Formats: sequence, structure tokens, C-alpha cells
Amino acid sequence: MQTLSEQILSRAAGRTVMAGEVVTVDVDLVMMHDSLSPSIIRVLHEELGAERVWDPERVAVVIDHVAPAASVQTAEKQADVRRWVKSQGIRHLFDVGRGISHPVLVEEGLARPGMVIVGSDSHSTAYGCVAAFGTGMGTTDIALAAATGRTWFRVPETVLVRAEGRFRPGVSAKDLALYAARRLRADGATYAAVEWHGVEFLSIMERMTLATLSIEVGAKAGLVPPVFAEPGAILPSARAEVRRSALQPDFLQVQAGARYSQVLTVDLDRLEPQISAPHTVDNVADLSELGRVAIDVVYLGTCTNGHYEDMAAAARILRGRRLAPGMRMLVVPASAQALQRATADGTLMTLLEAGATIGTPGCGACIGRHMGVLAPDEVCLFTGNRNFRGRMGSPQANIYLASPEVAAATALTGYLTHPQEVEASLPSQV
Amino acid sequence: MARVWIFGQDINTDQIVPGRYAPYMLKNEADLRNYPFVEHRPDFAPGVQPGDLIVAGNNFGCGSSREYAPLALRLVGVGAIVAPLFARIFFRNALNLGIPCFTADLTSTLRDGQEVELRLEEGVIVTDEGQHIQLPPPPAFLRDVWAAGGIVPFYRQYGRFPGEAR
Ligand code: SF4
Repeated sequence: MQTLSEQILSRAAGRTVMAGEVVTVDVDLVMMHDSLSPSIIRVLHEELGAERVWDPERVAVVIDHVAPAASVQTAEKQADVRRWVKSQGIRHLFDVGRGISHPVLVEEGLARPGMVIVGSDSHSTAYGCVAAFGTGMGTTDIALAAATGRTWFRVPETVLVRAEGRFRPGVSAKDLALYAARRLRADGATYAAVEWHGVEFLSIMERMTLATLSIEVGAKAGLVPPVFAEPGAILPSARAEVRRSALQPDFLQVQAGARYSQVLTVDLDRLEPQISAPHTVDNVADLSELGRVAIDVVYLGTCTNGHYEDMAAAARILRGRRLAPGMRMLVVPASAQALQRATADGTLMTLLEAGATIGTPGCGACIGRHMGVLAPDEVCLFTGNRNFRGRMGSPQANIYLASPEVAAATALTGYLTHPQEVEASLPSQV
Repeated sequence: MARVWIFGQDINTDQIVPGRYAPYMLKNEADLRNYPFVEHRPDFAPGVQPGDLIVAGNNFGCGSSREYAPLALRLVGVGAIVAPLFARIFFRNALNLGIPCFTADLTSTLRDGQEVELRLEEGVIVTDEGQHIQLPPPPAFLRDVWAAGGIVPFYRQYGRFPGEAR
């Protein structure tokens, strides 16, 4: 009996493998983004001496980290990357505005269940939202994978997070993920994979919230079993063939008797909104324990919580209301598809009418390079995945991580707020 | 002699090199050597000497996949890093760049600023007080990667991945 990671890596290695073994595997997809592509291209050609990538169809390049370019330097490097992509015959280039690599590769149907996907980004665990074994690597590993189509792994043990019940109003996938970080700690799943069970009712992008935060407990991969209520309901904006491809492959399923190194059971019916306070992701408390924390800027975005669902959840709370005086709220959609969907159904208008502003789909200020970096002593409520000191700009800024629901409620009051408090105390004008 | 630089636990890659100092953001990529711990510990980059030792707490290098974090440490010549647990991407990046990493907790055995001798071949630290500290050897299948000086020279020499049958 095998965990999902063992099943996927067995298939990729061409033999049955179990946790602890070291294997060389074929990779199905290599992802690189603008931030590391220049160095990957240099290592590929100059150090490894490879003239071409092993398979241009299985390399995806995304310009999302500084998109659009913020300086002559970044613009020049992006131009170099575009030229290189062309010279290599790579079709899968997703340029400025298409969105963050992780949701984009899922929307495009390039990331699919059962695949081994390596990306030049630590949050490549994201691909676990469709039960792919996604993992982040640095420049040299990605260059080597792009040159050879292969990489090596130690097959990970698996930590099981088993959710029971259903979220209460105002509580969502982010709270489950932050609660897991609180219990497992930042190093709790180092060298291991995390499997998230009991979350079949979540959409694919809500599953991505769990999968991206898996790296914040140190995990190599973070997989949600490929169980889907109905594919159309899960990726409504995707093309038909993409929706079909998101279905479960025959070889991949949760097997009774698979060995888990640790099991964390979470009762969703009792889960409160969780807040990760500065400056580590696992510094988590119930919102109700924190008292009154004043917030200067609310930032809704990232591969963790910048999805359509997140904008819609915020819009439900902001509808007919206005941001607190002096509050800034930045919304940076995770992808162009998410933005289009939010535009089509009025979600975007609701956000704008409340006083929020909008950025180009992509990573935005998540890594503190442009589009909303923080000043010293500013306090940000962020729907992203890291609150490390200096992550979003000044090392004197403070970052609190929370769900999109808490973000919206906080934008209305100016201090950390439970979504239900807003429902009770701030009348909507519509 | 090498100087010991003590760091705490959960040192993340944003503390090692903030994203704003990525080579991608710089006019001159060689400037990266000025930025290891630029905000977290500003005395590090100007003071570090080739061969110096980083001795850190649990979960060193957690966070991003940015290889320029260990690269910045290699550029200033860090001789080895000792920590009870390394975050996995950092560990792979350091391995790939040929930076020796030893899994041990020496944060209360050694002092910041202490002078020691690192005997890499034997995996031994000799302190200025004459104390010998044996470091645990890295896993056998990775030792050859360090011996080769990183994954690129290893792969070019052997034509295989670590752990693969010869
Ligand atoms: S949104 Fe943030 S965490 Fe996600 S890929 Fe971009 S920089 Fe990384």
C-alpha cells in the first residue's frame, strides 16, 4: 500500500518505490519563472554545456515575479528570456499579465494529476491541488532537469492532515492551512510530503491554498487526492479538454493501509479564523486571541489566495460597504482567467466600489519588489503565504497572514476583524 | 583559523538574501557578494573571511527556492554550514553549489566570534581551546557530490544523478 507520493514516484521511476529510497525519475514538466530563468539559462548552456532543453513541449516559462517589468534591468532580462524561449522552440510562454505560474499551469491543463512537476519556485507544491507531485528547486537543479528531463529524489514520508466536518461561516481553506502550520510548525514536514484528506468539497484553487502552504511546514510536496465532485464545477473557466484531464488517473488513489509518519486531525466545525503574526508563518493564533491590531494596508493576492474564489469571498463581505478611512486595499488577481471571471460576474466592480484597487495578475508585492512594497512600521494584512521580516519591503514592516474573508472584514474596520463581526455591525448599503 | 558565525533558528532565505537584492534586480550581478544577511546581520558581509563557519539553529534556509541565497554565501567563501536541520530546497541548492553542510547542533557548543579550525576531510572542528568536535558525515550517496565540488561537476564527471547505480 502506498501514499500518493509513493504511487507517483513509482510510476516516474518505472519501479515500485517506498519512502526513504533514493530514486532518479523522469519529470513530466519543468516550470521556470522570470526571476530565476536568466540564471537557469546560464547554467544550462555555460555550465552543463547543453545546447537545447530536453523537450521544449515540457518546459513552461512564466513571467510573473516582476510583471510588468519594474526597471530597465528586469525589462532587459525579460527580453533575454523571451528571445531564448523562441530560440528553443518553447511554446508554453506565459507572459506579463497571464498570471502566477502555479494557477496558470493548472488552468492551461499543463499540470495534471499524477505528474512529477519541478519548478524554480518553492511554492511549486501548488500542483498538488490536482494531485501532481510538484516541488520547488533552485537554479542548478532546474537547469539539470531542463537539460536531461530527469532529477533525483529521496521518496518522502507523508504527513497526513485529515479534515473532518465543514467550515463555519467566515472560515476557509486558509484557516485550515494556517492551523496545520501552527500544529506542525515550520519544520514539521521537512523532507516529507503532506496529504490533505477530507477536503473533496473544495475547488481546485481552494485546494491550491492548502498545497502552496505545504512548503511552509517544510514539505517537499503537498497533495490533495484527485477526487472531484464534478469536473465542470471545479474548473468552470477551463476548456473542456482541460477539465477532462483534471480527472483522476487510474493509477492514482488513496490506498487504505498507506503509511503516514504523522496524522493531524482537524475539526473544521470548531476551527476559528487563524492569523499568522509577524515574522514566521507558524506563529499562528486564533483571531480572537489577538486583541485589537491596527492595519494600514490589506493585500489580497498570490498563488495562495489571489484566486477568483478569494476575490468573490472578499466581495461578499465588501458588497455595499466602503473601506475604513485611511485604509488601502490592493487586489492582485492570481491569473488573467481569475480576473476575467471576477469581471464577468460583477465581483470586480464590487471590490472597486468598496474602494479597493487592482494590479496586474502576477506575484505583485509578494516578494517586495514592486506594486505595493511596504514602508517601515507599516502593518499589512496579507492573504499570501510568507510573513518573513522584509518579505514585502522594509524589514521594519509587519505582515499578518490571514484568509480573504478576514482581509475583507479588516479592510472595512481598519483592525484585524472576524468576518462575522462585520456582518453584525456594519450595515450594507445595498 | 576560521571564525564562527552563530545564527538562530528558522533562518529563512529572505534573511539570507532579501528578494529585493536578487541578481534579477541588480545592475551588476557580482554585487551579490555584498548582500548575504544584508538586513538580518549587516556586520556579516563586511566581516566574513573565506573558510568561515556558519553555525545555526534548527531549519536553516527555510523559505524560497532562490539559489542566490547559498550562492551569496559561496561568493564570500563560507567554508561550511552546521545546523541541526536544513530546509530541503536550501540543502539541495547548497549541495549543488558544493557548500558543505553538516547536520549537528553546535549553537551552544561554539560561541559567536570563536576561532576554530575546520578539517573538512575528517569532518572535524578543532576549537581554539583544543576541543575536537566530530561532525556526522553526510549521507554516503551525497558525499561524492561534495567531493566533486557540486552537482554540475558531479554530473559531468559521472553522467548520473546521486544515488543512481554506477
Ligand atoms: S505569488 Fe508569491 S509565493 Fe506565489 S509564486 Fe509568486 S512570489 Fe511565489
